[in-house]
Amino acid sequence: MAPSIRDVEQNGSPVIGLVCTGIRPEEKLLAAAFEARGAELRIADDRRIYGNLAEWPTGLPECDVVLLRSKSQWRNALLARWIEGLGGLAVNSSAVFDTCSDKARTTIALITEGVPTLSAAVSLAPEAGLQAAEIVGYPAVIKPVIGSWGRLIGKVNDGDALELALEHKAALGGAAHTVTYIQPFLETGGSDIRSFVVDGRCVAAITRTSGHWKTNTALGAKAVGREVDATLAQVSEAAAAAVGGGIVAVDLFERSEGYVVNEVNGTMEFRNSVEPTGVDIPRLVADAVIERATASRAGRVPRDGRPSDGSGVGV
Amino acid sequence: MSVAVVSECPVCGGSVEIPGDVMLGELLDCADCASELEVTSLEPAVALTEAPIAGEDWGE
Repeated sequence: MAPSIRDVEQNGSPVIGLVCTGIRPEEKLLAAAFEARGAELRIADDRRIYGNLAEWPTGLPECDVVLLRSKSQWRNALLARWIEGLGGLAVNSSAVFDTCSDKARTTIALITEGVPTLSAAVSLAPEAGLQAAEIVGYPAVIKPVIGSWGRLIGKVNDGDALELALEHKAALGGAAHTVTYIQPFLETGGSDIRSFVVDGRCVAAITRTSGHWKTNTALGAKAVGREVDATLAQVSEAAAAAVGGGIVAVDLFERSEGYVVNEVNGTMEFRNSVEPTGVDIPRLVADAVIERATASRAGRVPRDGRPSDGSGVGV
Repeated sequence: MSVAVVSECPVCGGSVEIPGDVMLGELLDCADCASELEVTSLEPAVALTEAPIAGEDWGE
């Protein structure tokens, strides 16, 4: 017999579960947005969630849909899969988290779907790291396949520098660091683009500028709103679809040949983007999640969260 | 956003402004030492602890 996964009042307001690791500005903005929409929000701390994998997780309130916003990409992917395995609905889906939580998997997904993408090479072990770098040439950017916020990302100007980086990665340990992921270094003047895609639609974009070649706002880059032109929307939406749809942020560069995607983020941060874009991103996210909950109640969404039309929207 | 109370930073002892709409689990930054702090209780008074350091897989 299938396990009972929820016991929410089907005639009441949509019940949204929000899983996070502490309340960041994003979660606080989302909480206000859900409240403004009349949805019931049940917040769960991912550090308190445990349980039998055949049953609904202890510490996760029963709800129509679970919005996963753990800081940990590993936790998001695992919990999404757990929820889906029980017939529940997770946003994003486990497929999106699985792809976005690994930069190599993201690049493969983009290539597979024909999305213009910054090239990347990998070596499966440090021994072949130098050979992988020769494919993209120097200067190059070396990144861990997991992680975010610009951490452990380095520019290597030649093989000597890369050898040192590979030694440091080996010293760090951990299976993920055995993979070397390398992209060509682009002269961008310290700027790139971030777009926000909600259920198949590019809703906003910013230009990030920094005095450093890393343009993460977590490292202090400044965000300025930019128009979402038709091409930017098309490339951003294609990138989102390539990783499985849902609610994602797409990092891009603008090149002479057009936009190229750098990364796709499955747990997007937007605290620094609402004001410069003038777009109420948390409201749009809340609307999308509530729509999922409503559609789920109406039986219009597969309970495992798999998209019915390839968009990841499922409605 | 109104500032309701001030609490003591558990790391440096500095003053941390607590927003009037503070939530349990909210993450705040100490203006003095830049530590990230977590609100671990609201009653009878706001309690703060140092937030966990970022894990390897943390981020967007």
